[in-house]
Amino acid sequence: MAERLRVHVDPDKCQGHARCKALAPELFELDEYGNAHEAGDGTVPPGLEDKAWLAKSNCPEIAIDVIEE
Amino acid sequence: MSDISQPAAHPPVTDWVNDFDHTDPQWTEDPFPIWEELRAASPVVHTERFLGCYMPTTYEAVREIANDTEHFSSRRIIVRDVRPEVARNAAPPITSDPPVHKPAKQLLLPPFTPDAMKKLEPRMRAICNELIDGFIADGKVDAAARYSKYIPVQAIAHMLGIPESDSDLFINWIHMILELGIKDENKLLEAVHGMSDYFRAHIEERRSRPTDDLISYLMNAKDKEGQPLEESHVLGSLRLLLIAGIDTTWSAIGSSLWHLARTPADRERLIAEPGLIPTAVEELLRAYSPVTMAREVVKETTISGCPVKTGNMVLLSFPAANRDPKMFPDADKVVIDRRENRHAAFGLGIHRCVGSNLARMEMQVALEEWLKRIPDFRLDPAGTVTWSQGTVRGPRQLPFLLGKAM
Repeated sequence: MAERLRVHVDPDKCQGHARCKALAPELFELDEYGNAHEAGDGTVPPGLEDKAWLAKSNCPEIAIDVIEE
Repeated sequence: MSDISQPAAHPPVTDWVNDFDHTDPQWTEDPFPIWEELRAASPVVHTERFLGCYMPTTYEAVREIANDTEHFSSRRIIVRDVRPEVARNAAPPITSDPPVHKPAKQLLLPPFTPDAMKKLEPRMRAICNELIDGFIADGKVDAAARYSKYIPVQAIAHMLGIPESDSDLFINWIHMILELGIKDENKLLEAVHGMSDYFRAHIEERRSRPTDDLISYLMNAKDKEGQPLEESHVLGSLRLLLIAGIDTTWSAIGSSLWHLARTPADRERLIAEPGLIPTAVEELLRAYSPVTMAREVVKETTISGCPVKTGNMVLLSFPAANRDPKMFPDADKVVIDRRENRHAAFGLGIHRCVGSNLARMEMQVALEEWLKRIPDFRLDPAGTVTWSQGTVRGPRQLPFLLGKAM
């Protein structure tokens, strides 16, 4: 099934553990304080779906959503 | 201060659920079955020791408290026999609550991002190899005294711009603050003053000769109003960076090597698949989390249904949270390729460890360089492994035999 995924970081929950950046560097960016946000509009390019779920399931602050569109 | 207490030996614990003590030798040696017993009894347990202290035993209760800065203050972050005056030991941002916390934390974050750590990595690899050069020909080594200890010391000394050769001085202060200072306030104050005097001299030097290090960075930092930081803030943050950066990662690297010395299968797998090391580091951080923090109850509330009362301390055991089987399947097993790992080794909520990216880099580099050069090693049956007591847990004596077993 060709489902499209989008990732989103809740900036109020993110504390800068940077797990998402380590596990899915293509999908996340860090600001000058090391806090994360999604790259671009968060669209997950085909082939990186697994990394999106991995980032979500390793965020200690439960700050990452993976939205199935 | 009139109530300076003498160091007191604590009576041995016979009832862990109602009288726990994280400085008891049994806890120091092997805390895991104790945590299991406490968790089975209640999500929050209490002891009359340390002038009254709670301990959340589940991941969920630890998370609740870490995220609740209204009822739980960070003004005291170490459970001690005494309650030292707050202002004297303030080390922003770790001892700060909102709204003071955020600006103090933001000051420290930029030098510790993953990108900043990448620049430090080549120096770390060189340090690890210099240390290994010092003992590899001996066929045996105390890896805690000769390897895991000096990696974080040299890293933070390098970042602060202070001589790496002062390492033993730093380690002694930290021992006084985090271990002896639990039961002896004199030792605590002596070390705090010693560190402040040390940094004051370094600040003075930089007034005429500015440098490109963290001391100069903090001296020149401005608060939200554009004013320079007060000297007490600068000194407090410098003390924090030195204390928090050393025996924490010393412990994490030491525990990781201790595990690998006893687990040849994991060692062989990491040598065959070095790409797995970052994942393994997360699992070792979960299973052997070194750092336990504390909070002080400043407003009555309930946690996981348990009432907690003002004036008590809270032993915020991230290590115990990370062994909660409700959160982690096979919580008591080290699964070096564990895929889902929301461990709390660096804390949860606003006080997430500033140095987590540094610690991770140090652990990865320390294990990579060690395994490249010393693929075979085991505990020396003629030696004894000893563990630090209290707030930070890790091996302080780690006797290894190097090379293949005959």
